[in-house]
Formats: sequence, C-alpha cells, structure tokens
Amino acid sequence: MKFIPDPVGKFFHRMASPPHFYALAGQMIPWLTGIFLVLLGYGLFAGLYLAPTDYQQGDSYRIIYIHVPSAWMSLFIYIVMALAGAIGLIWRIKLAEIMAISSASVGASFTFIALVTGSLWGKPMWGTWWVWDARLTSELILLFLYLGVMGLYNAIDDKRTASKAVAILALVGVVNIPIIHYSVEWWNTLHQGPTVTKMDKPSIHISMLIPLLTMAVAFKFYYLIAVLQRARLELLYRERTSAWVKKLVMEQSK
Amino acid sequence: MSIATFFAMGGYAFYVWTAYGICCLVLVFNILMPIRQRLSFLQELARKQQRQQ
Repeated sequence: MKFIPDPVGKFFHRMASPPHFYALAGQMIPWLTGIFLVLLGYGLFAGLYLAPTDYQQGDSYRIIYIHVPSAWMSLFIYIVMALAGAIGLIWRIKLAEIMAISSASVGASFTFIALVTGSLWGKPMWGTWWVWDARLTSELILLFLYLGVMGLYNAIDDKRTASKAVAILALVGVVNIPIIHYSVEWWNTLHQGPTVTKMDKPSIHISMLIPLLTMAVAFKFYYLIAVLQRARLELLYRERTSAWVKKLVMEQSK
Repeated sequence: MSIATFFAMGGYAFYVWTAYGICCLVLVFNILMPIRQRLSFLQELARKQQRQQ
C-alpha cells in the first residue's frame, strides 16, 4: 500500500535533505529580499505620505502601519513555530525542528516591536506608556514564551533533545494565542477593538487599509528571509561534522 | 506638503519616528546577526579542517 506517489515522496525527501535545503535557501533569499523591499517601499510611502490624517488621532495613528502587522506576525509566527515543533516531535524531521527554533527569535523581535510601538502610540493617545490590561499583558507573556523557548533551547546541549523540550513548551503556550486575539472583546480595555478582521465590514477606510495590508504582506516576506538566514546557521551548526559541510567549507576556503 | 510638515507628523514626530526607528533597527539586526554568525562559523570550520590536514 502506497499513499504517497513516488515522485512526490522523492520531492519532499530531496527538499528536506540538509545540503539541498541550505543551497536552495541561499538562492531564494535574494528574490525574497527584492519582493520584500518593493512591498516595504510602497507600504511606507502609502502609509506615511499618501494615507490621510486620522480625524481623531492626527498623524500619531501612522504607527498602525508597523504596530498592527508586527502584532499579527507575533501570533502567526508563534503558530508556525508550534506547528513545526509538533511535526518535529511526531515525525522527528530535523528540518522541522530547525524551522521551529529559527522562528523563535524572529517572533520575539516582532512581539518586541508590537509592544514598543504600541507603547509609543499609547503615550500620546491614552496618556500612558503602559496599562496592565488583558491585551498588553497577554502580548507580554507571548514575549516571555518566545524568550523561554530560546533560553531552553540554548540550555540543552544535545540539540535533538532541546528541540523536543522546546516543542512541548511551544505547544503548551499555544493557549495564550486565542487569549491575545479575543482579549479586547472579552475584557474592558483601553486598547481599541479589532478594525480589520471584522470581515463583513472593516471599520477602516480603504486608503488606510491598503498600506496596512501591504505592510502585513511585506512582513511575511521579511519573516521568510529572517527565518531562512537563521535556519542556514542552525543547519550548519548541527551538521558541522557531516560530509557535505566539510565539502562546503573546502570549496569556500579555496 | 513640504518636507518639514511631513517630518513634523502633525506634532507627533517623536512618537512616530521613534517607533519606525526602533522597528527598523530590530529588523536589520535580525538579518545581519545570523549572516555574521554563519560566516564566522564557516571560517572557524575552515581553520579546524586546515589543522587536521
């Protein structure tokens, strides 16, 4: 009985082979960077210049174009990290383990950006840098989860064991994700409610929505670039005694 | 709109540009760090291999 046809199986096997992945990631990064820079350029131009000033918040609202995409990425990357961790845990796929841990530092960065830009937006609008409400506190816990994942991984020398431990921590932390998302609806807060994800009728004007979505897509591409860079480093370290790394080093030092 | 009013951000220049500046720094750092670490790790491996030969 064969559930997966041969060419498909071979394709995945080849994709997941470390030397192939290392080379492919290296080839993809320039293209991804090009797309990212174009999207970023347009997103910044449209968000900072083309989009009109908000009638209530003035120009301070323009922080939204990095704050909201970063916050979305912080949740998205966490889910990717937990999924990759689970795949690594169940099928013991080395690349899944590497993608999981490589996602952690990128996710932590976006969570940090979301918190800092939110604070810089909160000060002029709410009159305070920080409140201990549900949205801000659960996002701060997300940052600690990311840092916990990174710290735990670094604390265990055997990286296969470290990946198992990290995957379990990441999976337990998934409970925080719906809490962050629904926190503005479940609890009273200073933080404004969702404006974009109300699918029937987003309460944001199209001239502000387009740059916001452009930035969100740009950040997705940034994540791909950053995670592939991290993954290449991690892969090289884990495979440092293998034949393909030795060959690579020899070719480079010629 | 003049360049000066663009950078003034309606009086919110400090908040807006600090937010964008920190965002930019973190994102650039995140790309450069793994590249630097990978290149120095490759050099370290090359030195080890040369010693063994």
